[in-house]
Amino acid sequence: MAPRTAPADPVVEMYGITVERSGTRVLDDVDLLLRPGEVHALMGENGAGKSTLIGALTGTVPILAGDVLVDGAPRTPESVARSRAEGIATVFQESHLSPHLTVAENVMIGHEVRRWFGIDWSSTRERASAALAALGLEDVDPRAPLEDLSPATKQLVAVARAIVLEPRVLVLDEPTSSLDAAEASRLLGVVRRLRDQGAAVLFVSHFLEQVFEVSDRLTVLRGGRVVAEYRTAEVERAELISKMIGEDIDALQALHSERLSHHYAQPGEVTLRAASLGRRGVLEPTDVELSRGEVVGFAGLRGSGRTELARLMSGVERPDRGELWFDGARVQLRSPGAALRYRIAMSSENLRDDGIVAGLTVRQNIVLALQALRGWTRPLSRGEQDAIVDTYLDALRLSPDDLDRPAGELSGGTQQKVLLARLLATRPHVLILDEPTRGIDIAAKLDIQRRVARLAGEGVAVVFISSELEEVVRLSDRIVVLKDREKIGELSNGPGVTVDTIVEMIAADTGEAGPDAEG
Amino acid sequence: MTTTVPDGGTTQGARARRGGGGPATRRALRLDRRYLPVVGTFVVLALILVVGGMRYDNFLSVGVLANLFINNSFLIVLAVGMTFVILTGGIDLSVGAVLALSAVTAAYLLNAGMPAGVVIPLVVLVGSVIGLLVGAMVHVFEIQPFIATLAAMFFARGLCFLVAPESIPISEETFVALAGWDTWIGGQWRITSSVVIALVVVAVAFYLLHYTQFGRTVYAIGGGEQSARLMGLPVARTKVLVYVVSGTCAGIGGLLFAMYSRSGYSLTGVAMELDAIAAVVIGGTLLTGGTGFVLGSVLGVLVLGLIQTVITFEGTLSSWWTKIVIGGLLLVFVILQRVLTVRRT
Repeated sequence: MAPRTAPADPVVEMYGITVERSGTRVLDDVDLLLRPGEVHALMGENGAGKSTLIGALTGTVPILAGDVLVDGAPRTPESVARSRAEGIATVFQESHLSPHLTVAENVMIGHEVRRWFGIDWSSTRERASAALAALGLEDVDPRAPLEDLSPATKQLVAVARAIVLEPRVLVLDEPTSSLDAAEASRLLGVVRRLRDQGAAVLFVSHFLEQVFEVSDRLTVLRGGRVVAEYRTAEVERAELISKMIGEDIDALQALHSERLSHHYAQPGEVTLRAASLGRRGVLEPTDVELSRGEVVGFAGLRGSGRTELARLMSGVERPDRGELWFDGARVQLRSPGAALRYRIAMSSENLRDDGIVAGLTVRQNIVLALQALRGWTRPLSRGEQDAIVDTYLDALRLSPDDLDRPAGELSGGTQQKVLLARLLATRPHVLILDEPTRGIDIAAKLDIQRRVARLAGEGVAVVFISSELEEVVRLSDRIVVLKDREKIGELSNGPGVTVDTIVEMIAADTGEAGPDAEG
Repeated sequence: MTTTVPDGGTTQGARARRGGGGPATRRALRLDRRYLPVVGTFVVLALILVVGGMRYDNFLSVGVLANLFINNSFLIVLAVGMTFVILTGGIDLSVGAVLALSAVTAAYLLNAGMPAGVVIPLVVLVGSVIGLLVGAMVHVFEIQPFIATLAAMFFARGLCFLVAPESIPISEETFVALAGWDTWIGGQWRITSSVVIALVVVAVAFYLLHYTQFGRTVYAIGGGEQSARLMGLPVARTKVLVYVVSGTCAGIGGLLFAMYSRSGYSLTGVAMELDAIAAVVIGGTLLTGGTGFVLGSVLGVLVLGLIQTVITFEGTLSSWWTKIVIGGLLLVFVILQRVLTVRRT
């Protein structure tokens, strides 16, 4: 971090920004200054207004009141194209790339290298490759269609698109949400380099450590208002977290002890058992047992097969070898719907993209799966719906005001909670959660973790998958460790098991050991 | 609190995660996939040629092939315009009627004594203006392209009868001379002015789609309008322009049809928009937008033309068999597209 004595004049100034969405005030009198050579982190819970503020800056969200100044001159942000022309490049949270176009086209579209005859493709591809290389994507073929890439690589391509123009202002909304540690740190390196070259960066992330690592200044939003602004070097993590959630830090600790006591409970009988379950090119034959009242964590790197195992066990993907036994009887799950009839529910990694029906209200979204399970001939009455919705309203701390709003209008974290409520409404015996806490704030994370712990207490067999190993260690009774599409071992969780135990196990596996190498 | 899973650190791991083998297999895979529908069309084309060549004498003659272009030049132009619209995920049902309007107007004005040098740009402009109206309806009032172009179809067809209900023969000298112009390539392959115009349109369209921002935006809109907007691309302008392009092509198509038939008649081109859509789909353009090539659409038109030729050579078959074969082929290609998209995801 280079020492900066006097802060430079801000390149972007936002004063008194107020935004309303269907009558609700989502931003209220927010000020934000972005200075050259400074990384400014925007923190806050889901629904605090971070993405809305970015929308207000880039012209995708209409401003009710307030002023936006660029280089000291008042501007009316009207479109992404306009803000780009002013040197403001944005990586939005939602996907904004074109799946059919190639990687290079996605990076360069709108600013291709032009000659007298039109687009010069070889120079265009070269520039794209340079931007990709800066993000460590040298091995991605710029001519490959974007849809062939993993979510993580797509996210980096979106960043490459933003940095290729060497913008004066770089806005990054959750740029690291699907990246692994190495990819994220490479991205942070690029952010730092741009900052040192004099760019102003607005950085939104739920990963506290990344924010502390890269930012110079922090603005905390809560409920659409600025509640605090700090210099990053001068703030304590605990204080920041309590500012964000507006709650005492002690609540964070409570869950941990609650879970620790649970570790001593005896697991119930086996309910779902995979015997040599696998699929060619997807997962080696794997044995796993899930018991009632037990949380089993699937741990591994991205691509290790943890998601694939979950998909094979829940009917999302069909196995081509091995067997699945449910309560002592062999079952074949041809679809997620079939799994649901056995009360096996899975929430997928791309929950928000796949799961939410944006046009339906929150209430309708919650009762959707249960209604499907009952069949359309037996509709849920309004009274039954209310009872179900009320149950999860409290448990997941959803706001009653949101119930009759279209789910598409809600923030990511709230949508995630709605989807969890939908799964819970089916009263599952086996609940498989793939990255249920990704990209959501600490308070929502806690709500979900708390709920998972309670479910296990009620006798549900839970599978918990997360990139955050600490979360897996904290919640799980047993941890299945996977690597390179193969189960490499199993850990019974206890006081001696930490994140390092799992990391060492993965690191120590040479690929020779088969699935029998129990830890 | 936020320890993420550490990376394996090896390039091997990284490569596996990005879902591919070595770079070599990736490249082969990509070539297969993007051009596969077009290659499929080409195979069908070749197949018809081979089977036709074995069954009938003189089928594989230069004359037959040259006539294929001459008889379908206007459809090629329509299909090119349609490709732009379908690439954005839209549809244009008005092109058949606009073609007729353009042909009738040309015949009417030429008969009224207006010089060809004025009439020709004017009737093309008629197509552009109708396209502009459609584009405005689609963009400003957010009317479904299906409905907007359906309205334009009735509107244009109605105007045809207003201009002239019965067929008008064209006798204007410059126009007839232009229509009658031809040249022989290698002394055997006959090329008419219509063919030249159609090929120029194809070349311009190819250039627009692949070497200008307008063309790239067309593809991006097909991949997702909201995404294109967030990428800062001129979505509004492009969405209007594709209908202008399609309308202009219909205007040119009308001109070519007038040259081909030496007349203008208000009932020409009925359901020709459907032939154009069929050609585009058979040519490998996805109806949902985002993928496709203008050259594929040309191949699509040639396939349709060849089927017609085969039926003609067969002699005993009713010409309605053309429709049946086209219907079947369309089904096969739509299913092929479906299979390709499903395998992709």
